[in-house]
Amino acid sequence: MANVLVFTETNDGKVKPVTLEILGKLTGNTADVAVIGDLAADQVQVLAQYGAANVHKLKGAGLEKYSPEGYSNALSNFIKSKSYDYVFAGATSTGKDLIPRLAAVFGAGCASDCTNFVFEGGAFAGTRPLFAGKCLAKVELTGPKPHFVTVRPNALGMPASPTAGAGAAADVAADAGQIRAAIKEIIKAASTKVDLTEANIIVSGGRAMKNAENFKILNDLADVIGATVGASRAAVDSGFAPHAMQVGQTGKTVSPSLYIACGISGAIQHLAGMRTSKVIVAINTDPDAPIFTKADYGIVGDLFQVVPVLTEEFKKLLGK
Amino acid sequence: MNIFVCVKQVPDTETKVTPNADGSFIETSSIKWIMNPYDEFAVEQALLIKQANPAANVTVMRVGSVKDTEALRTAMAMGADDGILVEAGDNLDSFSIAKALKGAIEKSGKTPDLVFAGKQAIDDDCLQVPQILAQMLNLPSVAVVVGFELNGSTVKAKREVEGGALEVYELATPCVIACNKGLNTPRYASLPGIMKAKKKPLAQHSLADVGVSDADRRVKYSGFRLPPEKPAGKKFDATDAGKQRDVVAQVVGLLRTEAKII
Repeated sequence: MANVLVFTETNDGKVKPVTLEILGKLTGNTADVAVIGDLAADQVQVLAQYGAANVHKLKGAGLEKYSPEGYSNALSNFIKSKSYDYVFAGATSTGKDLIPRLAAVFGAGCASDCTNFVFEGGAFAGTRPLFAGKCLAKVELTGPKPHFVTVRPNALGMPASPTAGAGAAADVAADAGQIRAAIKEIIKAASTKVDLTEANIIVSGGRAMKNAENFKILNDLADVIGATVGASRAAVDSGFAPHAMQVGQTGKTVSPSLYIACGISGAIQHLAGMRTSKVIVAINTDPDAPIFTKADYGIVGDLFQVVPVLTEEFKKLLGK
Repeated sequence: MNIFVCVKQVPDTETKVTPNADGSFIETSSIKWIMNPYDEFAVEQALLIKQANPAANVTVMRVGSVKDTEALRTAMAMGADDGILVEAGDNLDSFSIAKALKGAIEKSGKTPDLVFAGKQAIDDDCLQVPQILAQMLNLPSVAVVVGFELNGSTVKAKREVEGGALEVYELATPCVIACNKGLNTPRYASLPGIMKAKKKPLAQHSLADVGVSDADRRVKYSGFRLPPEKPAGKKFDATDAGKQRDVVAQVVGLLRTEAKII
């Protein structure tokens, strides 16, 4: 049995779902949760329901906004005061930036972006994709403890019947220390949709979209089914969409419940980034396009004709 | 001004990856190696600074196998002044690589003002080395950078986070910057650049030279395997405009009744 700390982030005051996925998978171990700042009682309750023994709320000057150094200083001091074997976090923008730095404070190792894990005789054994998912490997950690792990959102899945923990919440006085790289400003994204890496449904467009304006038909479909819009590298390199929307080996690796590929041929580097999607729908004029080898439902046809009909049919189905 | 750029050599994105016989790594015999795509943005950013500050020296560094020095020569052909190669295997972990890079910087005798790297290498996809290196060098860092300005010793860096939002950081040099696609447009190496690069100094060290041993390994990999293949799906013909609605309605129906996804 391992003694584990899970670092959680919040979104509009709510704990990120990946925290609950991790807690569910930690059943049988002792799992505490650390959050920077405050957390409402109902959210502490949610963490307890998924197995949190203690919820540590780290509060102090300089921690109002994320900074790699401030968060790392506050968490490392807290972790040093305890005796955790493992520290887990979601492989989110913050997790991917913070956890390697935090691990380095301890001279410790970090297994990044794991899609599954177990404890073998108390020792962590994870699975992680490499080469953008073209390969999987077993990952183990060695060297000084605690060991650090980040887990890909949506990969573990929510536990069906989590074992509850005590969920004892307490404030911890934390010190951000010296912050040399500080956020001066946050420029909000034009879109308010969830990020591709956390999206439950993704509608993606490829080179066949022809231009940026045509992405409107994908946006219309996405609005109906609550999807986030993505793009292939070909579409991004042609200037149809920004890089933040790119799915694939030099973009984002995604695993939504439903991935709808529109006018994407399915280059190896694109397939690598979306192949773990639970259900894949592909629309392409070329019946031999490689994307069809990965699609659960392939529609051979012109996306400019098929997508609007798809939008209408989804509207009917969903009663919109 | 001393600028260091960390580059890695990775299999080309179109490579079909296969595990080796004992599953300890991938089969590397027939791979085409390229400079990690994100590192090209790091090299370019360093060269843009050099253009504005001709006295700046750009050193490009790589930890990896000696069999092919493509990435370093490409960076020097693009305009980097000199290179450092730390000889190592292709599957070293992030902690060892960061420690080797730190050792290589120290061995160069130069104090870094700026360290650039790609935000991640597209082989192990760890997104760790720049942050570990920053911590080891006791420097601030900004990762996933899509905008960069240098004014004297003040850096303004735009970091891309979830959903395409940007965190704008202000910090002073020295610092570590991990670059993302969109930061700039990497230049191509010119023919004269390629010729010149052959004469540029390339220091070579062993891992032991830069203070790294097997004891520095923190992450162990085994059991490399291909992901499970999905069984073939269903394909529908919607090329006939008259049948499109029926076909699409059928697929939408299956998404609910069979896939139970919507």
